[in-house]
Amino acid sequence: MRTILHIVIKEFHQLKRDPKMFGIILIAPVIQLIFLGYAVNMDVEKVPTVVFNQDNSITSREFLNNFNATRYFDFVEYVDNYNDLQTHVDNGTASLGIVIPYDFENDIANNRVANLQAIFDGSDGNKASITAGYLQNIVGDYSINLLKSRMDKSGKFLAPIGQITPEIRAWYNPELSTRVYMIPGIVGLLLSIVTLLLTSLAIVKEREIGTLEQIVVTPIKPTQLIIGKLIPFAILGFVAVIIVLVAMTFIFNLTPRGSIAFLFATTFLYILSTLGLGLFVSTVSKTQQQAMMLAIFVVLLPMVFISGFSFPIENMPTFIQGITYFIPLRYYMTIIRGIILKGVGFYELWFEILMLFVFGVFLLTLSSMRFKKRMD
Amino acid sequence: MHSIEVKNLRKEFGNFVAVNDISFNVNSGDIFGFLGANGAGKTTAIKMMCGILAPTSGDALVHGFSIAKDPSNVKLNIGYMSQRFSLYNDLSVVENINFFGGVYGLSGKDLEKRKDWVLEIANLKNEEKVLTGSLPGGIKQRLALGTAVIHKPKIVFLDEPTSGVDPLSRRAFWELIQNLSSEGVTVLVTTHYLEEAEYCNDIILMDAGEIIANGSSKVMKEKYLKNDILEIECSDVIAGLEILEKQNFVEETSIFGNNIHISINKNLKELNQINTLLKSSHNIDVIRVQKIVPTLEDVFIHLLEKRRNAK
Repeated sequence: MRTILHIVIKEFHQLKRDPKMFGIILIAPVIQLIFLGYAVNMDVEKVPTVVFNQDNSITSREFLNNFNATRYFDFVEYVDNYNDLQTHVDNGTASLGIVIPYDFENDIANNRVANLQAIFDGSDGNKASITAGYLQNIVGDYSINLLKSRMDKSGKFLAPIGQITPEIRAWYNPELSTRVYMIPGIVGLLLSIVTLLLTSLAIVKEREIGTLEQIVVTPIKPTQLIIGKLIPFAILGFVAVIIVLVAMTFIFNLTPRGSIAFLFATTFLYILSTLGLGLFVSTVSKTQQQAMMLAIFVVLLPMVFISGFSFPIENMPTFIQGITYFIPLRYYMTIIRGIILKGVGFYELWFEILMLFVFGVFLLTLSSMRFKKRMD
Repeated sequence: MHSIEVKNLRKEFGNFVAVNDISFNVNSGDIFGFLGANGAGKTTAIKMMCGILAPTSGDALVHGFSIAKDPSNVKLNIGYMSQRFSLYNDLSVVENINFFGGVYGLSGKDLEKRKDWVLEIANLKNEEKVLTGSLPGGIKQRLALGTAVIHKPKIVFLDEPTSGVDPLSRRAFWELIQNLSSEGVTVLVTTHYLEEAEYCNDIILMDAGEIIANGSSKVMKEKYLKNDILEIECSDVIAGLEILEKQNFVEETSIFGNNIHISINKNLKELNQINTLLKSSHNIDVIRVQKIVPTLEDVFIHLLEKRRNAK
């Protein structure tokens, strides 16, 4: 026990000597949080729109006003030919072109179907389909209003038509903002980076500078060395989490709805996995550079991509979805979003917690065994 | 009583035999020199004796404990200083001492006492808080030695402790080693500096994983060098060497600085023969011909060349 304490003290002394590293651990999370919190915004608002109104009638202008009235569209220019419209879409100065045909007013007045052409910049498919949804909503509302006013004008009394109006309430994130969804995920992301990266460097560093050999001739047992090495990184991981949670509250006004103690308990379970993975990387690498590359490109990036941090797992092919079950971060993402956004607890998250526990114990045991073999 | 008993110790890395069935004993309190060219297997042998590397076969008893069966008891009784400086450069002097003292189970007054001792031998009193990385090489080595023996082990292994250290610091370092030895600590040391080997009670010379000579420096010179060695100072060392190599009274030749060393046999009747030969046939002025006491270097060059030629 005392031996482990000596190792922990030594590690902290060394961290203290490396103020840059300390800064990275303490300040980077906040900077990352701010960058990701503001930059990662998939909300579609103020779509730059170019309008080619061939009809130039009262009806067409009235119709277009409906677009301008929402915050979703922003008319950048009115043009009078297709070429100009295309230039705008090509240049990216507009991502939507609305074309109103010559007989728009006429068709409507004469009870014919009026066509409306909408040209999307489909290079960002997600954005285009969301924009299309907004557009259809506006067109749909306009059509219903048209129908109603026509009926009123006809003077005929008609029995009210049965109609369904959805009353939409978005729970946990009423404004449906991406930021609210992303920020809790950042906790998981940063925690993974801090613990995995630092651990992966931990042992290989000692090997590289030759001190591991000196450690091996001391009576320190491999298990003691592993525990002594991992405790400081676990503590740093928790420090990073606390920093992000505090920053999240003050910068983005997002306070966890669930229990903080429960959050920390699950975080501990998750750290077991990242420490295990880091230790594994450290035992297979010969140099710190190798360890860094392995940790980032082989472990961290794939883990983040398919953890559901930014891309929804439900949209992935079945095969990839299967793989995500082997990614500890996947479970932690669900847990952390659940606790912070929904305020749920053990009852709802028991499966994820169980999986984290299983993965943590498995990974840590496996890499410790590997490490012991390398040391002997 | 033997402090270390090595029996048929062998280490293979794949097809490469790094240490080939070596056996030797080290007496308690001796300074034992482990010599040989780079890659001769010295470091591998030491690592096995320290319990860092498991032997492929054979065994060694270090302070009575088997390195194969009981490496953890071996570790408690030895100190080890590796080729590379292996204290933490990013820790201060006192942090390094506290860490290594701590993991060897020292605490409280014992630790303080030993800390004072280490600081004293390293000449670092009142400089405890200095970063180890910023210390000069000689001081670093003394600190490393002090730290390696902080737990008062019975045996210390020093793997090239003085490489890259200036002559003055080397001398001071050897004084420390001799002090340890006089306190009864067995010191096993490898070195490339053959004049350092003269400080050792006993020496073994390794080549390609095998022991090719052993004994004290005196024994070695008598046992392995049957011929007299002459030192010749002349106006053209290279040309002189080429001529001497061909003579029937010359066994071996080598260049030492500006001089030629030759080992001679009975065919040489008198020293003047050399002066006449070089002067008359090739007009080389001989300044001095002198019979010398052989150094260990002469012995080792002789032994290694004999082995190379045999192959």
